[in-house]
Amino acid sequence: MRVDEMRLDGNAIGGLLIELFGTDLTGSMGVCASCGARGHVATLDVYVHAPGVVGRCRSCGAVMIRIVRSETRTWLDLSGTRTIEIADAAALE
Amino acid sequence: MAGAALLGRLTWLAAEVVDAVQETPRVRTLVLEADGWDGHRAGQHVDVRLTAEDGYQAERSYSIASAPGEPLAVTVEELEDGEVSPYLVSEAHEGDRFEIRGPIGGYFVWDGSGEPPVLLIAGGSGVVPLMSMIRHRARTGSRTPTRLLYSSRSYEDVIYRAELDEPADGLEVFQTLTRSQPPGWAGYARRIDAEMLGEVAWPAAEEPRVFVCGSTRFVDTAADGLVAMGYPPQSIRTERFGATG
Repeated sequence: MRVDEMRLDGNAIGGLLIELFGTDLTGSMGVCASCGARGHVATLDVYVHAPGVVGRCRSCGAVMIRIVRSETRTWLDLSGTRTIEIADAAALE
Repeated sequence: MAGAALLGRLTWLAAEVVDAVQETPRVRTLVLEADGWDGHRAGQHVDVRLTAEDGYQAERSYSIASAPGEPLAVTVEELEDGEVSPYLVSEAHEGDRFEIRGPIGGYFVWDGSGEPPVLLIAGGSGVVPLMSMIRHRARTGSRTPTRLLYSSRSYEDVIYRAELDEPADGLEVFQTLTRSQPPGWAGYARRIDAEMLGEVAWPAAEEPRVFVCGSTRFVDTAADGLVAMGYPPQSIRTERFGATG
């Protein structure tokens, strides 16, 4: 399978993000720490075939989120994300 | 605090298959009942978890096909070498139980409010979340002008074929069959391209809301074509599905 066909988007990790954050993040806005682009978490380029999950900025390709899980813990790296703006569920655009 | 109340809300629920509909040779709809299921919005998905006797677990996401307010139904395409979809499509029968969690998704959703027309573009089983929107539109008596451009490989692969043959008022359905066409086929007969999008999509000035769902390559083609027509990228909501099943 070509790498391009392995590219999903942030919708695919919606359930995982609810598990970690307790609320649906796909409709929330994230800002890339590398280029400053602002976009819905659902629009991240997401790769789930690695040992963990990697989400990259759609604009510049920088890694914004990395999640690695084992049976006993979850490791979360958000250093590539400047901010995430979580709207109330009722107010999602 | 409202936020705190949401924590832990997403728990695995025991779901039971109460009905199954064979949509195409490789696609089946399962109607599920799950205690604790709170309903969904059109366009959302659920995670399905199967547990083997030895404890091995496999999880996949499937789009919800039914409209909000209807019994929960997922439509699943069987993928070769898949871990979950072959069971759901070929083996699961009424009374079978497995776990689900959801609904999931706050981006690829349409609640039926607002005036702008809606453009839905589907490749293969990418039609499933869009069908939830179409059914929601019909169920609520919405008059929002809506167009569906739906690409399938062949006539036999068209999911929801009978239902799409009789669209509700104000819904226009455009289909393309990319590999083979039955005699007398009046629709398109090629992969989606800029010319097809130009014929089906409203002018960008009408500011339609757009939902595109399909494989990564399909979604990229559709979204790039619409941007070239002047659609603002942020007006195009996309959902890509992968080759794991």
